[in-house]
Amino acid sequence: MTVLLDVADVSKRFSVGSALGPWARLKRRFSGGPEQLPKVYAVDDVSFVIGKGETVGLVGESGCGKSTLVRALTRLIDVSDGTIKLGDRDLSRKAARVFARDRDRARIQMVFQDAGESVNPRFTGFDAIADPLRRLRKLRGRALTERVETVATQCGLPLQLLTRYPHQLSGGQRARVGIARAIAVEPELLVLDEPTAALDVSVQVVILQLLQRLKKEIGMSYLFVSHDLSVVRLLCDRVLVMYLGKIVESGPAKDVFENPLHPYTQALVAAVPRLHDDGVERLRLDGEPRSPIDPDPNVCRFYGRCPRGTDLCKTTMPMLRHFGARQAACHFAEDYLAKPKTTT
Amino acid sequence: MKAASALSVEGLSVEFRTRSGIVRALDNVSFAVEKGETIALVGESGSGKSVTAYAVMGILDPAGKVTAGRATLDGLDLLAATQSQLADVRGRKIAMIFQNPRTALNPIRTVGRQIADVLIRHGNVSRHDAPEKAIDMLRAVGITDPSRRAGAYPFEMSGGMCQRVMIAIALAAKPTLLIADEPTTGLDVTTQAVIMDLVNDLAREMGMGTIFITHDLALAGQRSSRIVVMHAGHVVENAPTAELFAHPRHPYTAELIAATPDSAANLDELASIPGSLPDLRRTDLPPCRYSERCPRKIDACVQPLPHPAPNAVHFVACWNPLPAGTVSVPTESAA
Repeated sequence: MTVLLDVADVSKRFSVGSALGPWARLKRRFSGGPEQLPKVYAVDDVSFVIGKGETVGLVGESGCGKSTLVRALTRLIDVSDGTIKLGDRDLSRKAARVFARDRDRARIQMVFQDAGESVNPRFTGFDAIADPLRRLRKLRGRALTERVETVATQCGLPLQLLTRYPHQLSGGQRARVGIARAIAVEPELLVLDEPTAALDVSVQVVILQLLQRLKKEIGMSYLFVSHDLSVVRLLCDRVLVMYLGKIVESGPAKDVFENPLHPYTQALVAAVPRLHDDGVERLRLDGEPRSPIDPDPNVCRFYGRCPRGTDLCKTTMPMLRHFGARQAACHFAEDYLAKPKTTT
Repeated sequence: MKAASALSVEGLSVEFRTRSGIVRALDNVSFAVEKGETIALVGESGSGKSVTAYAVMGILDPAGKVTAGRATLDGLDLLAATQSQLADVRGRKIAMIFQNPRTALNPIRTVGRQIADVLIRHGNVSRHDAPEKAIDMLRAVGITDPSRRAGAYPFEMSGGMCQRVMIAIALAAKPTLLIADEPTTGLDVTTQAVIMDLVNDLAREMGMGTIFITHDLALAGQRSSRIVVMHAGHVVENAPTAELFAHPRHPYTAELIAATPDSAANLDELASIPGSLPDLRRTDLPPCRYSERCPRKIDACVQPLPHPAPNAVHFVACWNPLPAGTVSVPTESAA
């Protein structure tokens, strides 16, 4: 497997309390308050790779740092620490502000949740798809029209709809516009942030099948962010599970969902409603997640909500450890691994 | 069986006047909820799930009008009731949980106050005791440190906590019927599981009938004993949950089940539903609003639909239904 994207030790911290005015901050400094403002550890020391042609799923609950991580990878925001390598080039060195005009901008593209919200409402479908081509490929005139029509057709968008504005399109058509504009510049990595969350199941199926077909045709890699595990299971080769800024488990999608090694993944899998309920006793998570503001580096992030939580978890942060092709950050991962299911 | 019904809806039709014509949003919708039972209204967006709930609650948009039907709750027809009768019923007998708790709650009133308001108006609780009772309610819905949280504003709480507050408000006056309109959309699956457990447990404890509105067939299956499938303002099928999943009879239900991601081992197995909802403004709508998308259409489909019977065990509004007792999954898929 050739590595396309190599993310190493990436962290993103946001200061909180900068809402204090400059005067209040000065006063704080001179009255012996802490030198540094408290920080939210939105993404904390995250490493993973995405191979060429691979589909990787990223799951986790809201507030766990999925979106921050994705925005850092797509270079919409700057990272606090770590490197993001696309091929041989380290993208994290370049400030997000300048990256918009970088030659590599076209290599990572993003599909946002709802094209009705993320596409300029004053742009017709044509303009929305043409915009990245104008800026990044410098296409004009005939060449531009041709390219827009090619991708629109590729995404199953009837050409007569290209003159319409987002509000005149149905949810499924808007999703197609969002995908078409992202793939227009032929990216190598496509980051999809819950592309089907706003759609009905019947339309969702069509869009997922479209994504799978496009991947084969164009040979892109996908990073698929979703909270819908049943969709991730169908689309992804590998899955990353995030909890409070950390990756707690990763591995082949099938293994992770069938035999989760981290208690959080277990709870996540147990919470997914099943069409044919097997009547198995369900694991429930009580309480709220720990605060992401200046977390104690020696306590497991899941401690307090974890049904297992021991004294060891309170004093030592579990590291990601390898189990064959899989990784898990739990002191007791072996116990869960010890009862492997025979794969059918 | 009528006596045991918490709510029975018969022949409900609703129209909306719009600039571009009359939208026939609901047509002849009938179903019943028994006391202590949870039924689910399932369908795609635009199928009329929420409009049904709004019509029953009497909170339709001014452009909407109930043109026919009855909705009987304890002998009172809600659709014919006066505003003052309704104001008494809402909160005391029917309560509703809305989709987005953060917008449904009052942003400038503490959550404790909001619960106390309901208790004072509907719960026979004096002004003096209300704040304390409100804290009890917060505790009952599983909010930790309830006495401190009672003084919090909605923006200070997470989505899951706000939804718990909504549930506390809805259940404050111990209603006989609870309508939950997509109560967990926008929440995480882990929170969703906890919230749905809470609604189910409290409903069972209080013997409430619950109408659970959702687009998630898998969630509906897990949480309700009966499922009412809606399509373009019609009830197309109404059956006990296990029966519906094992032997869907309406072609639309079968396709809906086949399109649920959980039902397939890989993406190619998932079937999409061809076509889309018909334009409900059309004056030439066929009697069966699914017939234009339907793979099983026959000549008889131009007749008016079989009349829905609210008390039938397995009702299907179709002239050519799938045979009972055979599992059928359409394998057709669109490009």
